[in-house]
Formats: sequence, C-alpha cells, structure tokens
Amino acid sequence: MIASFGAPLSTIVSPPPAVPAAGGPAAPSAVSVRGVSKAFRLPHQQYHTLKERALHPFRSSTYDVLQAVDDVSVEIAPGEFFGIVGRNGSGKSTLLKCLAGIYNIDEGDLHVRGRLSPFIELGVGFNPDLTARDNVAINGVMLGLTHKQVRERFDQIIGFAELEDFLDLRLKNYSSGMVVRLAFSIAIQVDAEILLIDEVLAVGDATFQQKCFDEFHRLKAEGRTILFVTHSMLDVQRFCDRAMLLDKGRVVELGDPTTVTRRYNELNFGRTLHLDTGAGKPAPGVRLDAEISDAWFESPTGERLPAVAHGEPCCACLEVRFNEPIDDPIFSVTLRNEVGHTVFATSTALDHGPTGHFDAGSTTIVRLRFENWLTSGRYNMTPSVARNGRGDATIDLRENLASLIVHGGPATGGLAHFPHGFEVER
Amino acid sequence: MSVVEAPRLEGTPPAAHHHGPSAFGDDLRRFVNLTWMLAVTDFRLRYFGSVLGYLWSLVRPLLFFGVIYVVFTKVFHAGKGIPHYAVYLLAGIILWTFFLETTQSSVQCLIAREGLLRKIRFPRLVIPLAVALTALFNLATNSIAVLAFAVYEGISPELSWLQVPLLVLLMAIFAVGIGMLLSALFVRFRDIQPIWEVVAQILFYGSPIIYTASKYPESKVRILMCNPIASIMTQMGHAFVDPSLKSAAVYIGGAVRLLIPLGIIAVAFALGLWFFNREAPLISERL
Repeated sequence: MIASFGAPLSTIVSPPPAVPAAGGPAAPSAVSVRGVSKAFRLPHQQYHTLKERALHPFRSSTYDVLQAVDDVSVEIAPGEFFGIVGRNGSGKSTLLKCLAGIYNIDEGDLHVRGRLSPFIELGVGFNPDLTARDNVAINGVMLGLTHKQVRERFDQIIGFAELEDFLDLRLKNYSSGMVVRLAFSIAIQVDAEILLIDEVLAVGDATFQQKCFDEFHRLKAEGRTILFVTHSMLDVQRFCDRAMLLDKGRVVELGDPTTVTRRYNELNFGRTLHLDTGAGKPAPGVRLDAEISDAWFESPTGERLPAVAHGEPCCACLEVRFNEPIDDPIFSVTLRNEVGHTVFATSTALDHGPTGHFDAGSTTIVRLRFENWLTSGRYNMTPSVARNGRGDATIDLRENLASLIVHGGPATGGLAHFPHGFEVER
Repeated sequence: MSVVEAPRLEGTPPAAHHHGPSAFGDDLRRFVNLTWMLAVTDFRLRYFGSVLGYLWSLVRPLLFFGVIYVVFTKVFHAGKGIPHYAVYLLAGIILWTFFLETTQSSVQCLIAREGLLRKIRFPRLVIPLAVALTALFNLATNSIAVLAFAVYEGISPELSWLQVPLLVLLMAIFAVGIGMLLSALFVRFRDIQPIWEVVAQILFYGSPIIYTASKYPESKVRILMCNPIASIMTQMGHAFVDPSLKSAAVYIGGAVRLLIPLGIIAVAFALGLWFFNREAPLISERL
C-alpha cells in the first residue's frame, strides 16, 4: 500500500453555482413555495375530555408552538427531480404534507401546476389480512385510479414487483421487501404529473432498487416532477437535479446535490465535533482545522474514474485543506458497498507512519493505491482526517463522498475475488 | 440560508393548496370509488378467515333472531295482542342495529383511519360515509333473514312495502348526520364515546322497538313520537308488518305533525355536515 502526497495545491474545486430556480426564464414552476410556514400547537397537557375542559377552562390555553416549517421558499421546475434532506424532525415531511394538501399552512403561498399525486408514502391502506390481489385494488383506488384502471394495469403492477407467484398470499405473510416492491409498483402507476414521495427506497434488495432507479429515470424522462424526501445522500447525488437541506424548519442550503450533500454531512458532523471537543463553535458552517474538500477514484495514470474493471489497480484519493498547522495527521479511507458493509478500511497510521507537518492554508492530495479485487457493484468511499495520538480525534469525515462502480469479474456472490489457486491432493 | 426569489409568472393561475383536504373534494368519481372500496373492504373483513365466510352474514342474524324470538314471545310473552309481533321486533331490531352500528362506528372511525388521513389527500367525508355504507350492507343481509321470518309468519307482500326503502333512507340520513357530528367531535373530545353509548341506550329503550307505540302513555305519545326513531319504527310496523298497526301519523296526531321528526332528521344531518365540513381540513393534524 502506498500513500503519497502531492505538492500543496492552491486551486480548490469550488462547488458549482446553484442552478437557477426555475428550469428557464420562460418555464413556469411546477411547484412554487413562497414564504410557507407551518406551526403545530403542542398543549402542555392534553385536554381531551369535556370534564377537563369544564374544570380548567383557562389552563387549556397554554401550549408550546413547534415551528415545523419556517419561511420556506423554493421554485421547482417541471420535470425536475428535487430532493429534500435534513435530520430527523427538520420539517421535511411536514413540508411535503403541506404540499400534498394534507395540512393547512399558516403563512405563505403554495402553488402547484399540474396533477399532484395524492399520496406521500408507499403502501397506504395496505391491509395485512388481504391478499396482494385485493391490496392492489385498494391501494390503486387510494392513489386515485379507478377500478377499471386497476384491472387493466394489474398484470403490469404484479410483473414489475415480480410477485406473480405470491398473488393469493396474504400480505402479512410477505417479507417487508416484498411489500415495498408491491407498493412501489402500484405507486408508479399513478397518473400524476407531480409526485411527492417520502422515504421510499429504504428496503428492497439491490436488484429491485436498481429497477426503482431505472423507473425514476423513466418518470423523469416523461417530464414528471418528483419531490422526494430521503436520508440517503447517495440517492440525492444519483437522481436529484437539485436538493434542499432543511434544519429546524428553515432552508439551510438549496442548490446542486453535491453542495447540499456536503452541507448535510457538515451539519451532521458539526454536531459530533461539537460534542467531542466541547468547543463553543457554532455547529453549522463550522471552520474545521482541516477539511476534506474532495474525494475521487483515479487510475494509476492519474485519470479520474467513475468505474473500473475488476482486477485493475486504482487509487482512492482525497484532497485535504488545512486551516490550522498540524503535525502528522492521520488520513483514513473506508470503502463500503451499497448496503453499507465496510469491505475495506485502512489509514496512514496502519500503513504509512508519520505523515509530516502541514502549514495552515496548505492543501494536500492523499492517494491510496490498491489492487481492485472487489466484485462488481457500487462502492462508496468515506475519507477522514484525524489528529495524531489522541485516540479518535477525527477532524473531518465525509460519508460516502465518492463512489466507484466495479464491473467485470466472476459473479461469485462474494464481496471480493482475490487472486487464488486451488490445489487438490490425490 | 439561501432563499430563491420567486419569479413573477404570467399565464394560467396555478392550483393552490392553502388548506387541508375538504370534506367533499373536487372529484366525485374518486369520492364514490373510495367510499365504496372502504365499505366493501370492511364488510369483507368482518367474517374474514372464518370457515363459513359470507354465509355468517346470513347465519348470524338468523340465529340471533331465533334467540330474540324465543326469549320475547315464548319466555316473556311480550307483545300479546300485537299482530305479527315477532316480525315487528325483528324488523325493528335490524333497523336499530343499522342506526347503532353507523353512529357507534362513526365515533372512532377517523382515529381508526389515522394512517390514511395522515398520508393521503382525499375527501374526509368518505370515512364516515363508508362506515354507514358498511352498516347498510349488513342491513341488506339482515333483511333477507327478516323476510324469511316474515314469510314463515305468513305475511304477504303489500303495496305499502314500497315505503320501506324510504324509511331506511330516512334512518340512513339521520344516522349519517349524527355519525358526521360524532366523528368530528371525537377528534377533539374523547369522552364522546361513553356519552354516545348512554344516549344510544336511552334511545333504544325510549323508542318502540321491543314494544310498539301503543305502550306510550296517551298524554305523552305526541311528544315521544317526535323522536325520529319512534316515528320510523312505528311507520315501518304499519307499512311492512301489518296495516292494522297504527301509522306514525295517527300516533303523532296528524300527518302534518310528522314534519317535526322529519325536521329533526334534517337538522341533525345539516348540523353534522356543517360541523364535519368545518373540521375536515384540520382533522389530520388533530388526530
């Protein structure tokens, strides 16, 4: 294993400028959100009975206000694939429910051009006691299809979900992945121009996920507008034209997926850093002592690679910018496959030894060369940089910052396929 | 924080969603489809997994009527001197069951469908209407059992039977009106359920179901007949069971006075509709 350092670079890849709000100056927005706010009243004590009402007529008026969505504005162009990300409780789902017209909004304007899908979650109305056949009919009608349309599209739905053999099985005997497949297959039949989808692709095996992705691309190609809430930055980078990061109901970042993903990771990581050091730095937009500004895979000749064949050597690279002088930082690289299993992890502490001194303001590129014995699939790199000698003193860590597709090689079902040889004794 | 400035757009005004879902929605076909589907699913699930399946929806009322019949006519000797008392009793009980099932299931129906209400935009009125429709399906299967008893008792079809669908319709309007009111109220006040259970008990014993209106004291009969259920049951006895049973108009003192129970039905329905419609957009966040 080799870790080598390039000369300090002064050019730092700056994030590309945000795409203009609407697809073009002429195209009217498919979804227009202007200064939308939504608050929930959380009574200190729930007064649900008439007696309590009668006994405490005044006390019932004390409540906390939870500002779930706070002055959010965004214009989404027709045909756009728009991601909404944020930590739990940041207002993503509430915003989606306001858009879907499930909640009243308190302030602002919401405008939707085109037919809006009436659902925000898959499999709504599924009944575990009924068969797939019945549930398709129920869910289809829920999503706005007529009985006739459901009958016409039934074979297509079941075919896409690959559940032909389980038609008359009750849903409670389905695996969770099968339920999601069925739900997704029905959902894509909906005749809406604008789809709002909340947390979809959590389950389902790799092949079905790929099918879903293909289907998303088809919907996109048909010019449908898709707004989707997710926690997977990988999905955001893969599909979204633009994305929005919400925190405490406010828009923190709005722009291209890469920028939003970075900001999301910063937002998440900023908090852990805060906890680790106890320093009084503000969590979002914190200036780290060292920042990973980019990561990528490249060929031994220095060419950036989106994909590489099984068996060929390649390099995992990260670019680090130092804001403070630092001695012997430790650079680490972790490769995970699509389901999140760590297939390979190493660091300069293991393989390289002291890395030397870096001045404030300098930038370095770290290359990790390895023989690629991984089997075909997508792998994501999580690079990190840490201070030396104090346990887990991580300075910066970026989840799934770069990804690599490995193709070719034998399909053995294993994660890796090392050079090997059999010897059979007689 | 970056907020994109909204471009000023020309052209057709876009659809705006400032409010939560209304009671009715704007697509009648979807409204009907959803109501029908929810009702049919509920009805199917009732005897789901049992060996006899749908047969239970016929067998159960028949067995139940057998018990009622024996207890009231052979044990208590109730209804002496009332022609075809058994049929009156059974017809009254299935009509009452329809009313009770609709109103009592309505109380919790919105909470029971929380998953749907929170995830889909659809006309909220679908839910209490589906409850009433399921109860109507049960009424239909129960009616088969009652007709069987009527034939067994030697009652032959009369032209006056044509009044029966109208009476059922009135009962349905009354039940749906109360159902809408109760379902929307329950979201705010959870003690609607025990309150309604008590009120329903009073209505059951206060209405001529296990007895006939002839048992009402002479001085109070005109007031008691203002209860829509009392009028409907009495008229049902007159039109369906035996013409010799006096009609509701006779008991209340003139056909014009029947406008009072009819008015109560209309007011209950209008009140329920108004209140449900007012609450509908907020139901999903108050659950």
